[in-house]
Amino acid sequence: MASRASGPGRVAVSLIALAPAAYVGWRVARWALVDAGWGVIADRYRFILFGAYPIAEQWRPAIVCLLFAVPFGLTVARAKWSRGVVAAWIATETTAVLLMHGGFAGLPEVPHDVWGGLPLTLMLSTTSFTLAMPVAIVLAFGRRSPMPAVRALCSAWIELIRGIPLVALLFMASVLVPLCLPDTLVIDKAIRIVLTFAVGVAAYEAEVVGAGIDGVPAAQRDAAAALGLSPIQTAVQIVLPQAIGASMPATINTFMAYFKDTTLVMIVGFFDLLGAAHAAIADGRWAGYGVEVYVFTALIYGVLCHAIARGGARLERGADGVSA
Amino acid sequence: MTRLRIPAAVVACAAALAAGACTPAGGATHTATLDQVRARGFLRCGVSTGVAGFSALDGAGVWHGLDVDVCRAIAAAVFGDSAKVRYTPLSAQRRFAALQSGEIDVLSRNTTISFQRDVNLGFEFPAIDWYDGTAFIVPRASGISAPRQLDGKTICFSPGTSTEADVADYFRTNGLRFTPVVIERAEEATAAYYAGRCDAFATDSSALAGVRMHAPHPEEQAVLPQTISKAPLGPAVMSADTRWVEIVRWSVYAMIDAEDLGLSSATIDAALTSKDPAIRRFVGESDDFGPMLGLDHRWAFTIVKQVGNSRESFERNLAPLGVERGMNRLWKDGGIVYVPDIR
Amino acid sequence: MWQLAVIAVVCGAVTAIGAQTAVNLRARGVATGFGYLRRSAGFEIAPGLVPFSSSDSNARALAAGIVNTARLSALGILTAAALGVTIGIARLSSIPTVAMLARAYVDVVRNVPVLLQILCWAAVLQRLPDAGLPWHPAPGVALTNRELSFLWGRVIVSPEFAALFAALSIYTAAFIAENVRGGIAAVPRGQQEAALALGLSRLAALRTVVLPQALPVIMPPTISQFVSVIKNSSLATAIGYFDLMSITNTTINQTGQAVEAMALAALFYLTASLAVAASTRALFGARHGI
Repeated sequence: MASRASGPGRVAVSLIALAPAAYVGWRVARWALVDAGWGVIADRYRFILFGAYPIAEQWRPAIVCLLFAVPFGLTVARAKWSRGVVAAWIATETTAVLLMHGGFAGLPEVPHDVWGGLPLTLMLSTTSFTLAMPVAIVLAFGRRSPMPAVRALCSAWIELIRGIPLVALLFMASVLVPLCLPDTLVIDKAIRIVLTFAVGVAAYEAEVVGAGIDGVPAAQRDAAAALGLSPIQTAVQIVLPQAIGASMPATINTFMAYFKDTTLVMIVGFFDLLGAAHAAIADGRWAGYGVEVYVFTALIYGVLCHAIARGGARLERGADGVSA
Repeated sequence: MTRLRIPAAVVACAAALAAGACTPAGGATHTATLDQVRARGFLRCGVSTGVAGFSALDGAGVWHGLDVDVCRAIAAAVFGDSAKVRYTPLSAQRRFAALQSGEIDVLSRNTTISFQRDVNLGFEFPAIDWYDGTAFIVPRASGISAPRQLDGKTICFSPGTSTEADVADYFRTNGLRFTPVVIERAEEATAAYYAGRCDAFATDSSALAGVRMHAPHPEEQAVLPQTISKAPLGPAVMSADTRWVEIVRWSVYAMIDAEDLGLSSATIDAALTSKDPAIRRFVGESDDFGPMLGLDHRWAFTIVKQVGNSRESFERNLAPLGVERGMNRLWKDGGIVYVPDIR
Repeated sequence: MWQLAVIAVVCGAVTAIGAQTAVNLRARGVATGFGYLRRSAGFEIAPGLVPFSSSDSNARALAAGIVNTARLSALGILTAAALGVTIGIARLSSIPTVAMLARAYVDVVRNVPVLLQILCWAAVLQRLPDAGLPWHPAPGVALTNRELSFLWGRVIVSPEFAALFAALSIYTAAFIAENVRGGIAAVPRGQQEAALALGLSRLAALRTVVLPQALPVIMPPTISQFVSVIKNSSLATAIGYFDLMSITNTTINQTGQAVEAMALAALFYLTASLAVAASTRALFGARHGI
């Protein structure tokens, strides 16, 4: 690096940095435009996006994908916050499941083992996140409880779950959970996976909400006590709303991290977006076109994650009082 | 209060431990698999992710193969309809967990019967549906004509298979070394072999015919004739439900008995009026063998009518791939297949 | 009083689950206990740092897996740290091109799931030529779709290891870069200006004045990224690299003893995470007062 910001020095460094990047960029562009076999996308895009869902009914998963933009938009627009946002999320998730499954109003029934692709990724990430939030809140308060036993249990649980790879948790859900349950209680594998994700997210989100709780001034707690509110009332009515508000940008980050982590279900045999992409090239004809398919899938994830990140940034800016 | 806290906590914990240990663990109340399957309305069958001749999807999304026929036979026996099956494709690594967790009712996935699997994993293998052995496929150009010549080479196979153990044993016994390349999904493993990632691919010798067929240039591939191990293949179920074990066993035996009695899907209708006591027992005209299993008395009849006998299953699935029936012929035709009669 | 109730409920639940598991294992005839570790494994592992053959014990297989995971994680952490610091500093460069390239890197890499990056690298490496005609992109480097050899054969890695190493390093570096950028940006600008006014070069100012003050902000999230490398190494199961998770899986398939094997694996990951977190804090915390 130049010791002074001198003109020729800056240009030289620019060129040194730019040259390999330009070369790589040129090679990639040449590959993308000339060598790459994009036919695999044209042939298999339906399978990658929607899994084995019957082609005639694929308008249903398509609608489900678009539907999720609604509650996300509401969450990001801070001005619209209210209990309604939570209701919007729950309503969207329920509608998604119902629409995908069908079996009413003339919609043919489609069993959940053929659901796949983007709708599965969206439904899995949002549903487990919604289930995890209450647990995360309980854990966060529990970790700060005056009762040492509760504090120890919550802390131990959070550290335990955060220390184990998510893949290991998913394997445990597939293999160990059925061993621990009586024969009369059989939990469908899909539900087990959703619950496992919820358990994982809750441990991480508990730390995020916890940071928000810590940020609420102690004076507020004292004032609440002076007004005669019980600890539980204080927690729910005074501390919680502020904690969630303050931690929302970090919560969105956690959601984005988990959105990317849904790809791990591919390892336990589910056909989320990545799993479907991976299976699309298993067909003998397209076996060598993995790079094209993965680049296509990466673009989809990239766009979605970027949108989520932008939403989070918008929220953060709004919190500072600057109009977004 | 503080002084009381710790001993009180210990007492509470001890009491709860005692209470928990006394909880009637629900193992006693176990719903029979047959009832569960009947209530659900279809059989959940675990198959492979695509092994030609044993379990593979055709272009129209229909499953075909020897293992698929076993599941269809069970469905025919239980429901009277061989189409009431839902197939779950499973890699070798995931198949046992799926059976143990109750995700599937029967695993029909060219699985080799072994001591460990029978004894340690809680499974029962009701019947052998195909006698096989581990063998190798190599590019013809390599000039390799026997497994011994694979010393020092790279070999592809799927993890969690008996192939993995057989190959390891063979090389160790003969003082040879090899580099393993393990790829979970069968199609990816064969794709890696076609791409030259490894010098040879190992699996059951009957499955190699399909591997050769799907190669970009089949004429450039050579299946080595030597098998390095015994591999009796058969469906697997959880051993706790003996009635279910018997249903699966006798569904497989029914197909073989049919071939023994000369009954096929074409001739089974005429057999209803036969005077031969063995045939009358088979089709359910006499005795109550079906109800003894909890099934309809036409259980074996339906199996043969809708799925066929063991020879038809072979000719439909494996003969087109060029697989020799060899020791899988009936004992009276020179093979080693010999099963009890329905009597 | 509430505490006693909570403790009682938790203890009761744990015992009930344990009892039910024991009943189920007995009913299925699955063995229990750690005796399986002494038995021979019966499967092969690709050659690595720990010499292993199929007649060796399950315990040795586990050790081989642990060594593989440790090696992958250690190299990944070091590379990600070095790359991340460089990119993070580059993000704040006054040269627009450099800052822009660094920003592009971070924005692209962070938004693609790590498993996808691993599979993509594996797919790219599969396109390398056959063993007969290696590709020589640089002197001393020979690449085929079976092995990548560097330094004239002194360093040889499998394509699976290379894909995991590349993806983990590049992915984690992007996050570390953001931490570094955030930490440096948190140092009051006056500090850097004062250092420059005192005649220090930009690099020296960065090294002696800015970075030490930025470290307390950078380290906590970066420690979590290091732990993340260890946990993400378990994705090796997806591409057939014999890490701890992969070998645990195969052992469970062969012996059926899921509870014991999983417990051992979980114990290792927890210990490794705590060890890395503690040692990093010790290395960087004591000096700079974290």
